[in-house]
Amino acid sequence: MKSYLIETGNGRTQTRVLETGAGPQLLYLHSAGGVVENDPFLEALGQQFHVYAPSLPGYLDSEGADNLRTMLDFTLWGFDVMEVLGIEHPVVVGHSMGGMIAAEMASLNPRAFKGLGLISAAGLWLDDYPMPDIFAKLPFELPDLLFSDPALGTQIISEGYDFGSNQDELVSFMTRFQDETFLQDFLIKNARRMGTAGKILFPIPERGLSERLYRATLPTVIVWGDADKLMPMPYAEAFQRLLPHAELVTIAGAAHMAPYEQTGEVLSALARFH
Amino acid sequence: MKFTFFHLMAWPHLADDFREKHHSVWVDVPNSLYDPARGHEVYHNYLDQLEYAEQCGFDGLGVNEHHSNAYGLMPSPNLMAATLTRRTSRAAIMVLGNSIALYNPAVRVAEEFAMLDVMSGGRFIGGFPVGTSMDTNYAYGTVPTETRERYAEAHELIIKAWTEREPFAFNGRYNKLRYVNIWPRPLQQPYPAIHIPGGGSVETYDFCIENTYSYSYLSYSGYLRGRDLMRGYWDQVASRAVDESPYRAGFAQVICVGETDAEAEKLYKQHIDYFYNRCLHVYPGFGEAPGYRTIKTLKRGAIPQLTPKGVKTLSQLSWKELLDQRYVICGSPETVREQCEEMIKDLRFGNLFCLMALGDMPNEKVRHSTRLFGEKVMPKLRHLWPDYADDNRFWCRPVANRRHPDRELRGVA
Repeated sequence: MKSYLIETGNGRTQTRVLETGAGPQLLYLHSAGGVVENDPFLEALGQQFHVYAPSLPGYLDSEGADNLRTMLDFTLWGFDVMEVLGIEHPVVVGHSMGGMIAAEMASLNPRAFKGLGLISAAGLWLDDYPMPDIFAKLPFELPDLLFSDPALGTQIISEGYDFGSNQDELVSFMTRFQDETFLQDFLIKNARRMGTAGKILFPIPERGLSERLYRATLPTVIVWGDADKLMPMPYAEAFQRLLPHAELVTIAGAAHMAPYEQTGEVLSALARFH
Repeated sequence: MKFTFFHLMAWPHLADDFREKHHSVWVDVPNSLYDPARGHEVYHNYLDQLEYAEQCGFDGLGVNEHHSNAYGLMPSPNLMAATLTRRTSRAAIMVLGNSIALYNPAVRVAEEFAMLDVMSGGRFIGGFPVGTSMDTNYAYGTVPTETRERYAEAHELIIKAWTEREPFAFNGRYNKLRYVNIWPRPLQQPYPAIHIPGGGSVETYDFCIENTYSYSYLSYSGYLRGRDLMRGYWDQVASRAVDESPYRAGFAQVICVGETDAEAEKLYKQHIDYFYNRCLHVYPGFGEAPGYRTIKTLKRGAIPQLTPKGVKTLSQLSWKELLDQRYVICGSPETVREQCEEMIKDLRFGNLFCLMALGDMPNEKVRHSTRLFGEKVMPKLRHLWPDYADDNRFWCRPVANRRHPDRELRGVA
């Protein structure tokens, strides 16, 4: 996996890009949790696509969060990244928050993309299904909310943290969050990441996308876990209703972090974009 | 010294098992727990206590702004201050303050503070807190990373609205106004003294020093824990080569006075326990939205109580711990004087915000404690800073010929 920094928008951001695989070009936009170097889902995606995964300012070592304020800024950042990388007519796929940005990009300029993949995408709000407030969750509460297997979730959430000599040790979930060094490191990373995410997700992850989705007249696949506790199935159905050409692929038993737990199923849903 | 009787206005009817049964005292505490009929009684008791504090010799009466909670029932402190302009006539009326990032357009604060200043005859003192994350982000929905930018813009707009004498246009990011032209404008010139509640960031120290605002540390963790923070402030004051007037700083302290140490413990212990264990039962997930604090400050700060263990033990402090660690100054007038004097000198501040009406403390106990403090403690602490007796930059400047509606009404009756 290649990893490099690019500058977008005349220096407005320094954006870390992870690039991997071969095949049709695919722009991947990450969730509020972000991706890590050698991210297992990106590796898997790279077996079918030539993947470009930029990280928003606040994620990894990308900088320039002060220059992204509104939904439009986030959307234009996506186009700026494409321009700098010279990507033409890719498939755009986003997970959760990244899905919200991907859907905005596709609504703004549907002809720029070969297809749109939305995995447990944010961007809508249904009064009958108010989603839990991820901004008010403590670290140790997240795995259960986001993963179908909380133990695996803890491992994934902790990934990227340098445990030094303990790296290979199986450190239990509770023990990790009791560790003050781990906690401080986690909190700072979390504040950078979620500070950025909050600009489009706080306090309600809705910035008018539903009024613009009619424009996204490109082939679209919506991929959703039917055990998603954060954004339950009615959100998937609402996306399908609002998007002109969307097919819904439901993954049985999958939670919000389906890309990491049911990687194979998510990949086969995206296979139509080969 | 200036002594302000500071009211938090807690809801005093939380059940004994509140902590066990409820997630948080703030943000998502259901308002089914609030009984408006009892609320009527509660508000009037609390306002009575503020008015009584003036009679007991307090220099200031303090109120503040909080939202969606059972800890402090003043979503609009300005309403409380307005009633005090009619029922008191000597003490400063301190609104500490309005969370200016939440007002759009922020000229609303400039207008209401000006109204209070005019109504009170120049007895008004204002405050501009950033606001807790519970209030600002969770209850009022401000995007965390925008909080400080909105604050800075609101501050600029308010000061300009107070000082310009012709209508002007203000093209802010969040406040876009073609005509800024506030009526009324403040009575005190150029505008009332401003106090800023802070939590230890260097940026706030500098903000106070540059604007000649008083820096206030409002916590409930007492002066031993406040020491490092206040030293940081005074170091910054020294490095900026401005005068070191103690009135540049204020500090809030829980204080309970009885005739004797034993009486004080007997009278107040249960209410202090209510305050610390019920009123401060804030779910840590609401303590600080990611992005509310800058990364720089986070890197310097201590680890919040966010571990599962921390959540469980938060605010479960014994009475002895509360006293020994000076969370609470409680005892006879002499005990309270001694500990207050040590605190005032050690932390170096001229504005003491006395937290004397806490939790579910009944009216008669609040009055007892307030009266003893006013009669037996305050006079002995009043002259601790003789070199700065004339420093009125951080206090109100009432006009001499102001109306006294409280006394006039009595005459009519």
